[in-house]
Amino acid sequence: MTTDVNRRRLLLLAPLGLVALGGAAFYAMLERMEQGTFDPHAIGDPRVGKPLPKFDLPGVAPAQGFSSTDVQQAAAQQPVLLNFFASWCIPCVQEAAVLATLSQIGLSVWGIAYEDKASATNQFLNRYGNPYARIADDSHGRTAIDFGVYGVPESFLVDSKGIVRWHMAGPLNDDVVRGPLQNALKSLA
Amino acid sequence: MRLFRLASFGQGGRASLAAGGLFFLVLAASPAHALDDPKEMLPNPQQEARAEAVGSLLRCLQCQNESIEDSSAPLAHDLRQIVREQVREGKTNRQIIDWMVARYGNFVRLRPPLTATTALLWATPFLGLIVGGGAAFLARRRRPAPPPPLTEAERARLEALTRPTS
Repeated sequence: MTTDVNRRRLLLLAPLGLVALGGAAFYAMLERMEQGTFDPHAIGDPRVGKPLPKFDLPGVAPAQGFSSTDVQQAAAQQPVLLNFFASWCIPCVQEAAVLATLSQIGLSVWGIAYEDKASATNQFLNRYGNPYARIADDSHGRTAIDFGVYGVPESFLVDSKGIVRWHMAGPLNDDVVRGPLQNALKSLA
Repeated sequence: MRLFRLASFGQGGRASLAAGGLFFLVLAASPAHALDDPKEMLPNPQQEARAEAVGSLLRCLQCQNESIEDSSAPLAHDLRQIVREQVREGKTNRQIIDWMVARYGNFVRLRPPLTATTALLWATPFLGLIVGGGAAFLARRRRPAPPPPLTEAERARLEALTRPTS
């Protein structure tokens, strides 16, 4: 009789315990997402912690392009935020204002136009503003593939040794800037 | 075994097993491809077959649940081209996949390698088997013993109750 009662109690408490455990784990996950230490959408960042991939890209006419060596030299003075964008990309429009603010407060933002025509890129910059110190043209998307870019916009923070220290797939917004990007910049300083 | 029996055509265990195996091989060897343009294909059919085999192991990162061979996303198109370039250069399947993993991480592989993070994924079928087997075992053990056969008196009473009344 007592074993029967115990078994019933166990059958009742076991699912409750499981739900409580799941709830605690879920809460911890949300907490870590808030702090920016966990991103469920991150596909994994094989580039973070590795040197910048080598590239040498032309500019968007009439401006001059740049190479990975140029980025490295600039990053030796001050961290560079390398941003892949395209005129046909809607989230890039939303991101334009954030990038403008970042460059206004003194962050060095460099742009790489991904699979786009020079005329369309120039039109995009005229319309939504140009936050970029330098712009290069990756019309075949091969440099983007070397960076592991799978959609635009994507941003990479390069440190003084030319190493990618932080990566964001998707548009930068206020939360990202105040959270993960600021943390990454602090860790470089 | 049961799976093969379902898919078998012939008679006899070994023959049906072979036929079933062949059936799955044929299924596995003819994936539907979404090459946007036949010009994408390599002129050498052997090389093209190898490119398709490697490409079907690589995830299209824009659509995530299709291989780059099956997807018509622009990035899948670019990656297909890269696979074909590297096949033509004589790189091994392993080298091509490693090239992709260096850029996109293990996520690009549709068949993830066994690592600490994927251990649970690989173990899930076995865990399911253990849990299901355990549940079946417990359910079997818990089943009450069949009732004893009817006594002579009960049988007579049952007969009286079920006798048709005319």
